[in-house]
Amino acid sequence: MGDHAPILQADSVSLRFGGIRALTEVSFAVRQGEVFSVIGPNGAGKTSMLNIVSGRYRPTEGRILFDGGEITRMRPNRRAAIGIGRTFQNLALFGHMSVLDNIMVGRHHLLRSGFLSGMAWWIGGAQREELAHRREVEEIIDFLGIQHIRKAQAGTLSYGLRKQVELARAVALRPKLLLLDEPMAGMNLEEKEEMARTILDLNEEWGMTIMMIEHDMDVVMDISHRVMVLDFGRKLTEGRPEEVLVHPEVRRAYLGEDDAAPAETVPA
Amino acid sequence: MAVLAPTGDFRTSYRADTTIFPTLGSRAALWAGLAVLCFAPLVLDRYFLGLLINVGTLSIAALGLNILVGFSGQISIGHAAFFGLGAFASAWLHERFGIPVLLCIPIAGVMTAVVGLVFGAPAARLKGLYLAIATLAAQFILEDFFARAQWFTGGVSGRITESPVIGGFAFDREESYFYLVLAFVVVMFVAAANLMRTRDGRALVAVRDHYLSAEIMGINLAYYRTLSFGIASFYAGIGGALYAHHLLFVSVEAFNILFSIQFLGMVIIGGLGSIMGSLMGAAFMVALPEVVQSGADAIAGGALDRMLKIGGNISFLREMAIGAAIILFLIFEPDGLARRWKLIKAYWKLYPYSH
Repeated sequence: MGDHAPILQADSVSLRFGGIRALTEVSFAVRQGEVFSVIGPNGAGKTSMLNIVSGRYRPTEGRILFDGGEITRMRPNRRAAIGIGRTFQNLALFGHMSVLDNIMVGRHHLLRSGFLSGMAWWIGGAQREELAHRREVEEIIDFLGIQHIRKAQAGTLSYGLRKQVELARAVALRPKLLLLDEPMAGMNLEEKEEMARTILDLNEEWGMTIMMIEHDMDVVMDISHRVMVLDFGRKLTEGRPEEVLVHPEVRRAYLGEDDAAPAETVPA
Repeated sequence: MAVLAPTGDFRTSYRADTTIFPTLGSRAALWAGLAVLCFAPLVLDRYFLGLLINVGTLSIAALGLNILVGFSGQISIGHAAFFGLGAFASAWLHERFGIPVLLCIPIAGVMTAVVGLVFGAPAARLKGLYLAIATLAAQFILEDFFARAQWFTGGVSGRITESPVIGGFAFDREESYFYLVLAFVVVMFVAAANLMRTRDGRALVAVRDHYLSAEIMGINLAYYRTLSFGIASFYAGIGGALYAHHLLFVSVEAFNILFSIQFLGMVIIGGLGSIMGSLMGAAFMVALPEVVQSGADAIAGGALDRMLKIGGNISFLREMAIGAAIILFLIFEPDGLARRWKLIKAYWKLYPYSH
């Protein structure tokens, strides 16, 4: 797993907001088929990095390569079609739509009918297309086990369910690279376990490459193939979870150990 | 939360699950309602038919505004100007080029849509109050254009229009024009309902609910924000054209900002983001002055009238009633008549165990 060519590559990416340096010369590569996690303290630039990959920010310097082409300046709405999907840290569902419609929005770039053929419904194939995609969306609904809420209004759901729906919506894009911004935040242990299993399934069975920001170190260590650590907008290190964990600077910056303590003991 | 389906109403295919009217009962009620409406000209007198025709033309335009305001989450306070543009365009097309009126109506709709796209272009960048002011500019520019463009509107004297004719049959009476408007209402409402259950309709709502994540889902924000103006103007143009060929005379002064506000009132009272709500809102707006009028008539000459002199002040009572209705709806039922209707249906569905 993860020994293929890189699908995503960041080439000394810097991001400045006026005088604030959110990211400084960060380079990394996500390989095809791996689960790649980004960790770091609050304000380290993790979400900024994800926003650059999904196109919400443009880097001040540096380049982003995806699937062999440069996408540094590509508009965010074009990135769905080339295979980048994401979820948000703070839920970003379409609150007044049903769960089903939310997920169907994920099919947007795969659907062809415009407003005219949509209005004609029976003529011009809009109905046929809708039903075909409905079938695919139902597969995702089955996979995530959210059949019981498919007609519910997304805004009325509980937090954990909304997270599930958001993941379903991102999966409906059929992305090659799925960006997850803190998928387990605010979940209890049981929900976390289920989410971790879902992510692994998406990675192994659905063949999606995952880039994930997560604070829960147990989860990160358990399911990631590789981990990158950011601190104050700089990359501290990158590597397999067990390597990263014992890295002295990581322990000082993130895991909250004081400078004097020995660096050999692995924290629980 | 979930949709309450009546017992025994099972859906065994995705096709059956995507119908506009979800239950057997609602579909039956729809067909029954249409059938009753088909007999309306035989029963109702001309005055009431005229009111129903008004409800029809206004509801088409209100539906357009609802697509813009309710479904796409934008704002326009220049909708009456587009309504007027459709009215003049259709009349002008017929007189200048001799195109049959029935063809003029959709062409006028398309013309209005093009102008709407031009005035909607700022929507790609502006939001909220700023967009409201930009559409206010559309209202004033078009109003000024109506007053000055003699060749198009007839200037201050207005423009006389003609009735639609198919193969020698003229829709020149309330009884026949009613069927024409009914057909347009059905087509336009079905088209809107279809739009909202397909890709572009969902995209409009997605942009309204959360534009950042909509963009990540591959939705081009500028395109859909502008598109909704085009669709809204198309509906306004069709409504306006039907209005023009009903009254047979279009005056320049009719399409002022107060009329635009009335359209907003219809959409709010009917229910933002509800297709049937647009119809209810238009019906409410047409019925309200009639009710106020008959109320005033009932007490005319009585002691109350002599004390308050209501009989002489009926016109401003109407305006007050509209204003009061909008305020009361905003406070007590911000989701409009459509939601109230839903609550009533839910109540009877669960009766007597409504908890």
